[in-house]
Amino acid sequence: MTDRAVEEAITRAHREEWARVVGRLARRFGDLDIAEEATAEAFVAAVERWPRDGVPPNPGGWLVTTATRKAIDRIRRESQRDARHQAARMLSDDTPPDPTGPVQDDRLRLVFTCCHPALGVQARVALTLRLLGGLTVAEIAHAYLVRESTIAQRITRAKAKISAAHIPYRVPSADDIRERLAGVLAVVFLVFNEGYLASGGDDPVRVDLTDEAIRLGRLLRTLLPDDGEVTGLLALMLLIDARRRARLSRTGELVTLDEQDRGAWDRALLAEGHALVRERIAAVAAGGEPAGRYQLLAAINAVHTAAPSARDTEWSQIVALYDRLAMLDPAPIVRLNRAVAVAEVDGPSVALAEVDRLTAALDGYHAFHATRADLLRRLGRSGESRAAYDRAIALAGNPAERTYLTRRRDQLAG
Amino acid sequence: MLQAFADTGAFNDKLEREGHLVFAGGLAPATTATTVDGRGGTPVFTDGPYLETKEYLGGFWIIEAPDLDQALALAAEGSRACRGTVEVRPFQTEESFQDLLTT
Repeated sequence: MTDRAVEEAITRAHREEWARVVGRLARRFGDLDIAEEATAEAFVAAVERWPRDGVPPNPGGWLVTTATRKAIDRIRRESQRDARHQAARMLSDDTPPDPTGPVQDDRLRLVFTCCHPALGVQARVALTLRLLGGLTVAEIAHAYLVRESTIAQRITRAKAKISAAHIPYRVPSADDIRERLAGVLAVVFLVFNEGYLASGGDDPVRVDLTDEAIRLGRLLRTLLPDDGEVTGLLALMLLIDARRRARLSRTGELVTLDEQDRGAWDRALLAEGHALVRERIAAVAAGGEPAGRYQLLAAINAVHTAAPSARDTEWSQIVALYDRLAMLDPAPIVRLNRAVAVAEVDGPSVALAEVDRLTAALDGYHAFHATRADLLRRLGRSGESRAAYDRAIALAGNPAERTYLTRRRDQLAG
Repeated sequence: MLQAFADTGAFNDKLEREGHLVFAGGLAPATTATTVDGRGGTPVFTDGPYLETKEYLGGFWIIEAPDLDQALALAAEGSRACRGTVEVRPFQTEESFQDLLTT
């Protein structure tokens, strides 16, 4: 086997097996630190041994066995130093054989442990990326533009709380899933959004984060295929990510949806996203639960991406979907996005009146001022439009977005 | 208020029935508190609670629960019964104490 093939096998195993191995060991040893460190050691062993001995026929099984041995070695070493470790208890594997069914999956336990409501949101994100995604502390720190020590501290504190407060590592019940899935999906979407429109720094898009979020979305769908919102979130991320290549110009400027080269969209991702949206529409039509937030957002993106050109967009459908979304979630940002669609159906002055009603809630948000600026421009009110662009530029953290807004401002007449 | 007392009493009975209850007690108002600092040569007695906050501890439950999820579920019921916010904290165990000393 070539070095390159072995390298690819290790990369694939890291992507596909990391969370499973960590989850399996966490279940057996009841300790996230041991689980994680032993898994990392098993991958180090794979890097050393697979090029020499060849890739084992069942890489996942090999990794679990190796990681388990490493964990036991570690517990033995520590138990000699420290009597409080009841090594004997951990050295015999009395866990039941792998139960069947998706909800029994070790990775699902891991998701629900990482996203436990008793942990702060930032800790949930860091822990999910570390334990499920296998991202290093340095990678997470880079993605979120904070110091490595900050991320390391968040992860350490979260693990300490899990252990000291007795956050259980158990298969979520149907009730848990109902109550906590929203939090889990929010974490995944947070990771995706941070990757898609980075809130600061020099990189406008962080592909590592969007890829990771989609991977977590796919994992959740494998585990909970019948949950509409899980499918909706995956569809939403795929439909947004499909447009990534068209979203930045060669000069690093943000290209808005109406100006994007639709030929540069990723056809495969769009087809997959549309199929998932159709699946949900059929399920709801067959008497399933009404569509939730992510399904509605996915449907909106499906309407956008189904149009052959920006002019052909069925804006009235988009307004109708935003109306349903606003009933579920009357947040000012939802109303702002709805107003953008209203501008296309009823004209910019109707939309501007709606947007102006949101001033108190959204005055500190760059997209609010960018939307106002655009509507004012279309109404020929250049002076007010320029002032709104200035506010938007001052508030935007993303470099590509700032460049775009600056150009639009400078193009204003007068 | 009377209803809150009655509901809290019923919740305490449930805790006892289900084997969770170790001990429960209400505290007299914070205005009755005296703070004692015996760290110096002569102990200092100060009128009032240790922390001057808007919220104060009105009482506590000490319960046995297998894990945080169960404790949180019970705390939610207790909170509903007594019409107050409940903070959940594990007791220190020998293991957590060891960790405190070694790190």
